[in-house]
Amino acid sequence: MARAVTPQRKAVTTLAAWTVALLIFFPVLWMVLTSFKTEASAVAMPPQFLSADWTTANYAEVWARSDYPRFFLNSVIISLGSTLLGLAVAIPAAWAMAFVPGKRTKDLLMWMLSTKMMPAVAVMIPLYLVFQRLGLFDTRIGLVMALMLMNLPIIIWMLYTYFKEIPAEILEAARMDGASLWNEIVHVLTPMAIPGIASTLLLNVILAWNEAFWTITLTTTKAAPLSAFIASFSAPQGLFYAKLSAASTMAIAPILILGWFSQKQLVRGLTFGAVK
Amino acid sequence: MTLSLRALLGATALAAFGSAALAETTITVATVNNGDMIRMQGLMDDFYAKHPDIKVEWVTLEENVLRQNVTTDIATGGGQYDVMTIGTYEVPIWGKQGWLVPLDDLPASYDVDDLLPPIRGGLTVDGKLMAAPFYGESSMVMYRKDLMEAAGLTMPDAPTWADIEKAAAAMTDKSKEQYGICLRGKAGWGENMAFLTAMSNSFGARWFDENWVPQFDQPEWKATLDTYLHLMNEYGPPGASNNGFNENLTLFQQGKCGMWIDATVAASFVTGKDSTVAEHVGFALAPDNGLGKRGNWLWAWSLAIPASSQKQDAAKTFIDWATNKDYLALVAGKEGWANVPPGTRTSLYSNEEYAKVPFAKMTIDSINSADPNAPTVKPVPYVGVQFVAIPEFQGLGTTVGEIFSAALAGQKTADEALAEAQAAVADEMTAAGYIQ
Repeated sequence: MARAVTPQRKAVTTLAAWTVALLIFFPVLWMVLTSFKTEASAVAMPPQFLSADWTTANYAEVWARSDYPRFFLNSVIISLGSTLLGLAVAIPAAWAMAFVPGKRTKDLLMWMLSTKMMPAVAVMIPLYLVFQRLGLFDTRIGLVMALMLMNLPIIIWMLYTYFKEIPAEILEAARMDGASLWNEIVHVLTPMAIPGIASTLLLNVILAWNEAFWTITLTTTKAAPLSAFIASFSAPQGLFYAKLSAASTMAIAPILILGWFSQKQLVRGLTFGAVK
Repeated sequence: MTLSLRALLGATALAAFGSAALAETTITVATVNNGDMIRMQGLMDDFYAKHPDIKVEWVTLEENVLRQNVTTDIATGGGQYDVMTIGTYEVPIWGKQGWLVPLDDLPASYDVDDLLPPIRGGLTVDGKLMAAPFYGESSMVMYRKDLMEAAGLTMPDAPTWADIEKAAAAMTDKSKEQYGICLRGKAGWGENMAFLTAMSNSFGARWFDENWVPQFDQPEWKATLDTYLHLMNEYGPPGASNNGFNENLTLFQQGKCGMWIDATVAASFVTGKDSTVAEHVGFALAPDNGLGKRGNWLWAWSLAIPASSQKQDAAKTFIDWATNKDYLALVAGKEGWANVPPGTRTSLYSNEEYAKVPFAKMTIDSINSADPNAPTVKPVPYVGVQFVAIPEFQGLGTTVGEIFSAALAGQKTADEALAEAQAAVADEMTAAGYIQ
């Protein structure tokens, strides 16, 4: 029998949830506020809030100095491209691991995850040389491939977890009815795993969108995404916080909006199978 | 062949010829995000008018990211960049490795002899200019004239460290959050160690003796660190171990520092529109200790061509445009003399108009008093005023910077910090084969 929740307990829980949410959201809020301040106001001590000099000049300057639409388009193509390509590889891989596991499947899964624990800089020179030999520098296809490979372990792990929740008997039934492997994966498994696939897609789009190390290292001008756009506004000498905040706000706004509209799907996918 | 077919072939040939004549060479220029570089990007119409066959694409990055990217690219022969913005630390190392294209065939109009000798010396390897300076800087004392006047003191044009301590004590009033002196404390080879290495030169200290043996166990380094810690602990702002250039700039602009010893480029910021003390700022040379060397550094952001570039001629044309005398005149004409990239050419400092800029004389005097080939009192086996131009220095400088920053934060004494620095540097230099 479920325990009754007292109003006091509910109030405390609500307060705690709001406090944690505000703490998490505060840096983003402060960044947005800073983007509307003058440089002097942005670094004032004590920090200024209501008494700050408000301006939209930072956005105007950031827009004038950079080709934002080009960076944005590159971000969309690279993050979506790497995720879709990753899904195309990961769905069959996760199917095999979930429904026809071998003796070493668990070891293979752990090994894949362990590659994510390696610092990116450890493979910088080898990857740089591969890009050089294959002529992939500053190309969208190069970055799509690189980010797909970086995120593939996470994609496979997430899909593997979702697929394990699907009764194998359903797939067996399809097989007995004469379904080919292709039909089994595409027409039986995939529709049942749509929530999991959708949340995997969203999470990996966000990961690829926010990736900064490889996108800055392997691009110069043509394929540079929004992470490179942000990096161009940091300065070692001179005040830049307000302009950097404006650039950052412009860079995260699209993904924030996407996350906002798809939050139900994200939460549903991330908690899939958590409660049986 | 019909007439119409001949005409068509002729037109095609003409079109092909025309498009070849108009073919653009696109070069990629990697640069830092600072005011002078951004200003240059806004003046590209002048370059395109003179060189319509060359298109320039910019990659603007934060200094540390830029350094990582261009180092990776040049070391692997990646060829992503045709022109790189690099500092005086990289030029001697990369030049010796053969990674840079010598700029010894620039046109006579470039007037290479007009380059300031200390800057040119720092960019020359085996008698060849390896990079063209875009702007040069040293360090100097920036101080509050109003606070000095209120304390009944006058700042000499060439102060000693004793003068600095006296002024710092007189201007400190912690109850008003007014601190006599602000110096770099943030750990890093280009942060606190740039300041401390330059400061140590004025105390006669050196990183290595002629046999590459570290010298942190010598009395000169002890005197340097003791003076630094005393000044900062008694008269510096709280939390100074986290303060770099931008943090100190903010403090000074808000009127919380009596003095700030840092890059000459800061002069335009502390006298600019964001500064609340702009009209009260005075300038003086970096301090000395009567040993013949001042505690100022020498740095130049310069343009160089990596050997891996496939478009070296176009890159050279761009560098000639960006660093010659005509460019200085172009900036002066469009944005005023105060906005001209400083510290590269002798002719700029003999210009009567430029002489009116308040910090012009102090900048040139500071630059001329630094010698990258003889940075300190005793002889050294290395080149560099506030750095040691060897590949290992980035790591060594940052390690020692972290140790000294911890001493400033009160986590260890000066003696402990120096002993730790000596051991760490000796280990690294032995492992690298400098010490047999």
